[in-house]
Amino acid sequence: MSTSPRLLVEPGRVVLSGCWTLAEMLPQLAALEAKLVACTSHNDWDLSEITRLDSAAAVLLWRTWGARWPDGLVAAELHRQVLKRVAELPQEIAEQARPRLRFPEMVGALLLKAVGNLLGMIALFGQLLLDAAYLVRHPQDVPWKEFTANVYKAGAQALAVTALVGFLIGVTISYLSALQLKSFGADLFIVNILGISIIRELGPVLVAVLVAGRSGSAMTAQIGVMRVTEEIDVLSTMGISRTIRVVLPKIFGLTVAMPLLVLWTSAVAMFGGMLAALLQLDLSFAYFVDNLPRAVPVANLVIGLSKGVVFGFVIAIVACHFGLHVKPNTESLSASTTSAVVTAITTVILFDAIFAVFTRNIGVP
Amino acid sequence: MNPSPVIELNGVGVSFGGKAVHRDLSLRVEEGQIVGLLGGSGSGKTTLLREILGLLQPDSGTIRLFGIDLNDPDVDRQRNLRRRLGMLFQQGALFSALSVFDNIAFPLRELRCLDADWIRRLVHLKLAMVGLEPTHGKLMPAELSGGMVKRVALARALALEPELLLLDEPTAGLDPDRSQNFVELVGSLQRELGLTVVMVTHDLNTLAGLATHVAVLADQRIIAFGPKDEVMTVDHPFVTGFFGADRRKLL
Ligand SMILES: Nc1ncnc2c1ncn2[C@@H]1O[C@H](COP(=O)(O)OP(=O)(O)OP(=O)(O)O)[C@@H](O)[C@H]1O
Ligand SMILES: [Mg+2]
Repeated sequence: MSTSPRLLVEPGRVVLSGCWTLAEMLPQLAALEAKLVACTSHNDWDLSEITRLDSAAAVLLWRTWGARWPDGLVAAELHRQVLKRVAELPQEIAEQARPRLRFPEMVGALLLKAVGNLLGMIALFGQLLLDAAYLVRHPQDVPWKEFTANVYKAGAQALAVTALVGFLIGVTISYLSALQLKSFGADLFIVNILGISIIRELGPVLVAVLVAGRSGSAMTAQIGVMRVTEEIDVLSTMGISRTIRVVLPKIFGLTVAMPLLVLWTSAVAMFGGMLAALLQLDLSFAYFVDNLPRAVPVANLVIGLSKGVVFGFVIAIVACHFGLHVKPNTESLSASTTSAVVTAITTVILFDAIFAVFTRNIGVP
Repeated sequence: MNPSPVIELNGVGVSFGGKAVHRDLSLRVEEGQIVGLLGGSGSGKTTLLREILGLLQPDSGTIRLFGIDLNDPDVDRQRNLRRRLGMLFQQGALFSALSVFDNIAFPLRELRCLDADWIRRLVHLKLAMVGLEPTHGKLMPAELSGGMVKRVALARALALEPELLLLDEPTAGLDPDRSQNFVELVGSLQRELGLTVVMVTHDLNTLAGLATHVAVLADQRIIAFGPKDEVMTVDHPFVTGFFGADRRKLL
């Protein structure tokens, strides 16, 4: 039995034989198509020797015939059926138009999206206030378990990585500043430089970037998958508020965990800085610790920790907002997770600038 | 044209976390058979299909499709083998980021041999075959009803004109009319192309209308395999329970 599709041009007619299926046609597709194109003018087609005819081949033949039945067609009833299915399709199949955006439209769309996101976050914030008010009146509904789980996940489990990064940054800054200070003979100012920069600025921002990448993306992905798999809808049908059970514990959990992480990271970074100062400038730990309170007023610590609170809140609210707006497909999930992390980090830097402006007279000796 | 059986499982064993799902399971499906795979819920029917597809490596035993071992190291042969299979997953498993049209066109585009017009016609043909409108092509999977998901998934499984079609509960979630259409569609495809079909189903009408053979999965193996009427007389609690009073209807 012949398997591969074959085409023979006899005087006055075209004879097809073999197995006209997609799998069998593929190895010699170009040759077959060329042969078929050469036969378009023929009107007598003999398909009776074909063993199999699938719809891909039927479409090919139908196109060759210029979308009409050839007058002299010989084919088995079975194969005629296949061809008939193709023939019954509408002739002109409209191509799926993809909307093309022009540049101004694109800018406008982006702007509208940004405004939409801002409004969404404000709405989420409002919902949060309402939920908090509800929980004050119904303390038995407070989701303690979820809250503590979030503190553990976003806080305790991040201790190692934040410590490592903090330590390395502390060593780097201390080492680089020591080189400069040494040449001015101003070794002792290393305490001021390290203290102010780490406690007030670097600690909170560093932790915020790490947490946005670590916990922010996790929150968006988790809420997003819950939307994709309709778990969020299941919660609603059980009469459980999704904001109270899913969103609120995440936001408050991170708001509580962040300042603690900031404190921890700043401490480890200071330790790294002290170590480098000891090795580079022979500055003892005791001197460093004694002089730290004098060089860095405690207001800086307060500013650093309040930054932690605000950043934690911002990261969580951005992450939850994007998670709640994931559309039920994988593409949207990945896009939302990316946007959540990028937006969270950008917003954190923005808030950091606002902090810098409004606290410019505080805590600098 | 191929003397070796389409599916040949020999002494296949699979267990999840120490719990055996299949034990010394053997099955042999010849070309052109439409096999209804029966078994209680959780008896390992989906697992069996996943093994046949090569998605799940059995702990023991061998699986051959069209005479080719699934562990054959030749990458090209493996890929060509996969192209001869079509699978309808129990949950549909459509690509959620692609529209219905693109879902069906995807395997065709992957061949990199067909032009856009050809693909478009084929996709619309498949849509019509499973009873969907051309306008449904624009919808995203999340916008479909449960039954529509099934039909799109079937259309996608049919896209590459497979020689072996594996169907996991194809008619669950379809109305009786659509189930009947499905039975007719697969039946006519089988006659035209000599397809081999293995389908998991609990629907007696689908089984009666379509299956030529029945395989019964119970006690972690195939306890009975053969033409429909023979299997129904097997004396096993599952078989008597399953067919029960409906035994007549199938005959
Ligand atoms: N990935 C997995 N890990 C662990 N256990 C599994 C896994 N997949 C399946 N199982 C177990 O194997 C058994 C068989 O599952 P399977 O999905 O094959 O059942 P089924 O026969 O298709 O049932 P149904 O008719 O309900 O679809 C079940 O007990 C299930 O819990
Ligand atoms: Mg199953």
